[in-house]
Amino acid sequence: MSHPVSATIVPPQLRDPAWITRVFWLLAAAVLLAPALVITEFKPWTLFEPATIKSTKRFIGDFFPPKIEAEFLLMVMREAWRTVAIATVGMVLALIIAIPLTFISTSAISISALSGRMHALPFVLRQAIRWLLIVLRSVPELVWALVFVRVVGLGPTAGVLAIALTYGGMLGKVYGEILESDETHATHALLRNGAGRLQAFFYGLLPQSAPELTSYTVYRWECAIRSSAVLGFVGAGGLGQQMDNSMKMFLGAEVATMLIAFMLLVALADQASAWLRKMLA
Amino acid sequence: MSNLSPKSSKDAANETYRLPPKLFDARCAACWFMLGLAALTIASFWSLDLQWAKFLSADALRKMGRFMAELLTPSTDPAFLLKLAGASLETIAMSALGTLLAAVAGLALALPASRSHSGDPAYWRAPTRLLLNGLRAIPELVWAALLIISAGLGPFAGTLALALHTSGVLGRLFAEAIENAPQGPAFALRVRGVAPTRVFVYATFVQVLPQLLSYTLYRWENNIRAAAVLGVVGGGGLGQMLAFHMGLFHMNETSSILIAMILLVAMVDLLSYVSRRIMQR
Repeated sequence: MSHPVSATIVPPQLRDPAWITRVFWLLAAAVLLAPALVITEFKPWTLFEPATIKSTKRFIGDFFPPKIEAEFLLMVMREAWRTVAIATVGMVLALIIAIPLTFISTSAISISALSGRMHALPFVLRQAIRWLLIVLRSVPELVWALVFVRVVGLGPTAGVLAIALTYGGMLGKVYGEILESDETHATHALLRNGAGRLQAFFYGLLPQSAPELTSYTVYRWECAIRSSAVLGFVGAGGLGQQMDNSMKMFLGAEVATMLIAFMLLVALADQASAWLRKMLA
Repeated sequence: MSNLSPKSSKDAANETYRLPPKLFDARCAACWFMLGLAALTIASFWSLDLQWAKFLSADALRKMGRFMAELLTPSTDPAFLLKLAGASLETIAMSALGTLLAAVAGLALALPASRSHSGDPAYWRAPTRLLLNGLRAIPELVWAALLIISAGLGPFAGTLALALHTSGVLGRLFAEAIENAPQGPAFALRVRGVAPTRVFVYATFVQVLPQLLSYTLYRWENNIRAAAVLGVVGGGGLGQMLAFHMGLFHMNETSSILIAMILLVAMVDLLSYVSRRIMQR
């Protein structure tokens, strides 16, 4: 039997067996994205209007050369240190919040849970503390900073408190998860033989998970440096506050220097934290 | 004989004669770590002018108490709630569009930033990675503050800010995924003389697609959280409403916005938890 070669038959290498699925997903994506484009007022062409281009050009043009007067550089360095200091003090306070809450909320050192179910009262207490930690960490630190700037005024105190609360919640939650995911044989053996909770914690639970806890804390410290730089934008001190001031006055050269300083600071924190974590591992 | 020679205190026959370890030993890395940590903490507390007295004063505590009391009565005006729903939708749309743009840009940048096989000269690898690092090092919030000059106040600046920062993050992750993909299929096509573009499309891309998708979804989750606060510097969404009402001390409205923010974040957490559980099964 001979087949007449017809021009309408698609050659096999161009036929796509899955075309219907592909077309469906593309259409679904388009239907979902069209409203998003409207809602976000996505108008890229406004970027290329002559007036916009002119102001952008003037601002970006100011970036080069960055401002490198000795006095200004000294100020940038002082603010960079303040950013690190805010992050560090915030982390210390966060640890003061997180450690006791973790100790109370971790179920690994529950005595009633050794035999069957945990008693009702400790269960409710642990659950309540977990919810408190979740609330603390689900409010972004920037919002906490906005709140505290209203109460204590502009300056580093608001930034420190914001980091302390958000990171306290984060650390407490993750510490609890780390402690509960580890082997609990040693801890339970201690508890069953009459050790107190503190003893079981220090001799059973902590030695097992100490490296993981420390490395997570170092990682969070690095994140705190990043976020303390950003908190300055709402007036919580540090590099961000100076950057915000310079941006509002359209001083491109100052902004450029501070952006470079910020990137160096983040890179340095990144390196330090990676090195520390490798050492602790 | 050598075993009769006087022993040092270290290998005394009786354990009780052994001295306790010295508090500080120059050869102990952990000692240096703790020393550095203590120095950093003390220097941080000392150099910041933290106004604890002001924060813990009766006046500030009263202010804080009033603030919190006002926050407990959220506004439930239907017209306001409708506006709030609009802002929440704007936040989600910003994050979705920003992440999509970032995924496209990230993939476009990941191609030159990755070495596809050992014989690939990859001239553009180092410069592209530098660009990706730059995009990634500047936080979304700083991008938004910078972009307001060219894109104006509103969700468009926020979307672009999210897209720029996330394309740095995703580009880096995508490049790593491409470089770590199994070499077999790509090699098989390459030795048969298939052009590099088709090698990528038919071998590498198909292999890494699930990983790219999961990275993108993970960043979307992060971006919803980030988009909620971007508005504080004028980038649209819930944050812009928050900054506006908080600036005018409309505490009831502020309270509703905060609740909406927490609900949004909690919903995202829940969805990601559920979807992870489903995918693991």
